[in-house]
Amino acid sequence: MVSTVRRFGQYPHMHDVLLLGPQFRAPNLREALEHAGRHGPLVTITAGWQEREGELGALEEHLGCRARDLRLYERAEAVFTHDTELHAAYRARQNDLRLLQNLYRARLDHAKAAARELLQSEDDSPLCRKARRSAIAALRRLDAEHLRDIRALHRRFDAQWAADRRPILAAQLAELERLIGAAALVCIAGGHVAVLLNRLRLFGLERALRARPVAAWSAGAMALAERVVLFHDHPPQGAGNAEVFESGLALVRDAVLLPHAATRLATEDRRRVALLARRFAPAACYTLDDGSRMLWRGGRLADAAGSQRLMRDGGLAPAGGRA
Amino acid sequence: MRRPLDTTDRDDDRTPDAAAMAAAPRSPVVDPGGVTFVYHGAADAVNLRCWIHGLPASQPFERVGDGELWVLRVELPENSRIEYKFEVVRDGVEEWILDPLNPLQAVDPFGANSVAQGHGYERPEWTLADPAARAGTVDEVALHSAALDGDRHVGVYVPARFRRSRRYPLLVVHDGYDYLRYASLQVVLDNLIHRLEIPPLIAALTQSPERLVEYAGHDGHARFVAEELPQQLTHDFPLHPSQAARGLMGASFGAVASLHAAWRHPGAFGRLVLQSGSFAFSDIGHHRRTATFDPVARFVNEFRRRPGRPAERIYLSCGIYESLIYENRSLVPLLRHHGIEVRYEEVRDGHNWENWRDRLQSALTSLFPGPLWMVYE
Repeated sequence: MVSTVRRFGQYPHMHDVLLLGPQFRAPNLREALEHAGRHGPLVTITAGWQEREGELGALEEHLGCRARDLRLYERAEAVFTHDTELHAAYRARQNDLRLLQNLYRARLDHAKAAARELLQSEDDSPLCRKARRSAIAALRRLDAEHLRDIRALHRRFDAQWAADRRPILAAQLAELERLIGAAALVCIAGGHVAVLLNRLRLFGLERALRARPVAAWSAGAMALAERVVLFHDHPPQGAGNAEVFESGLALVRDAVLLPHAATRLATEDRRRVALLARRFAPAACYTLDDGSRMLWRGGRLADAAGSQRLMRDGGLAPAGGRA
Repeated sequence: MRRPLDTTDRDDDRTPDAAAMAAAPRSPVVDPGGVTFVYHGAADAVNLRCWIHGLPASQPFERVGDGELWVLRVELPENSRIEYKFEVVRDGVEEWILDPLNPLQAVDPFGANSVAQGHGYERPEWTLADPAARAGTVDEVALHSAALDGDRHVGVYVPARFRRSRRYPLLVVHDGYDYLRYASLQVVLDNLIHRLEIPPLIAALTQSPERLVEYAGHDGHARFVAEELPQQLTHDFPLHPSQAARGLMGASFGAVASLHAAWRHPGAFGRLVLQSGSFAFSDIGHHRRTATFDPVARFVNEFRRRPGRPAERIYLSCGIYESLIYENRSLVPLLRHHGIEVRYEEVRDGHNWENWRDRLQSALTSLFPGPLWMVYE
């Protein structure tokens, strides 16, 4: 754990962000908020739950208080129904993103296979070490290029369809900003990370979220990083190549967040861990499992418990320690 | 080279001695190269009865000394699974029994068999109930079938956290109740949905009262599963209408019924799971199976002449110890040649429900991939 920090929410202008592991088996949100000195009314974003959006019973029971859900999933459906032009443009962008992802995957499969093969080699000669470095560098270039392409697509879309340029979205944004502004805390639940991120982006909530303390878990946490990395080391189908999927809201910096790492990552496989750590450096890869808690202040990690950082040598170290 | 289950060369150093066998609490004794079956009791002869294509259906045990201990070592490749019984002969009377020293049994509609698991085989953990997985429910709907001229009761698996506001894929399962009883289908669906490996789906569990007739290329039954049943379920449940969200599945004759219904009603199903299909056919002359297979062979012969495109994707599997391995292998290039995406798996197992159970993850996740990569709850 890093050094003691001042109470959470005490400096809302510093954009405190609390990131947690999954909350459905062994929730620790209440404990984490108490630890951080949180109090006051809260609003929730549960768009990642899709058709279960706003079913807050278990969460409210856990917290011992009522919460108001912002209903982004439902609002988006209503917006799309009323603004068919926007809906068409949105779908076109999604199709472009899908195509982009498929093209990236085709290249990633080969780049990742090369890097894995070289990392598995026992040969430690200078030539082999150089080849390893090159393979990882190629992977990093591919990831970086993909992220740039994604951001370019979003920029093009936002130039024409951003929330403040579309009356129906502008009205929604104004209401959402009012609700968020009146809350002491915004909770962003996990779920479908693409659905969640798309709704956050559609309503242009990045600015509003930067202005309030936020607690987010699982997919909610992933959406707040600079990039969203999808991962699973042993899926029932496919090679299990972690892939850059999206550009996040960047409320936390230099971090790749890995919820459910205990079940999704082969953390005992040092080569895989090392490759993941080296691929995204200087960003740090952090696990977010049941009971994990990380406090980010001003975009930087200030306090952590239960989360682990993937190290370049293939090991794991407590988050907040030295790399 | 020794063949699997070759019983020759039993004097190697892996043959357990009599004392150890007598004391062994369990049979068979498994080693990396095979298994040794043990029977203790009065008998004139003891035979292993199992159903491995290409090998004798009966293999004799050897008596150890003059006592009542009988042993038989068979070669069994790693990860194999076989089902068997002992045939005990006393005073000219043959009796088939379960292995008294083996607690592992597999049940099926005909009773139970003992199970020998070769070295390395492990029951997949996703076939076992996971307390963390939210459980779906199975209810029953009744509908009148004009095609079959009668009423039918169909089980309907509804996933946990079902919401009417969502649209679900539909999987129609031939012998659905048998899949529940003998292949842990409900547990598997609960687990795979919980793990996000497949999307929440509705499964219709049909159970024919005359499966050898209705599953053997029966047009009325095909109409029932391809038209009447989905129509009724679309009325009752929010189903996704796309072809890719419609699956049909079956094992043995159920696989024949699946392929036949999809072939007769192109566009009705985008996904097929065909397990150990009884796809008897004859390129020339008559097929070599019983008369029950006559209508099957008529259909498969016709299908092989003009397969069309019964589905976009097919998962096909067969055990290499099954007599049907040739028929199933033969289907793969034919399907692929006609532009169907085929995932084909062969396993060291026989024509039984646990084989079909163990393939469910691969089958369902390849045809109905879940939101595993996208959802982090």
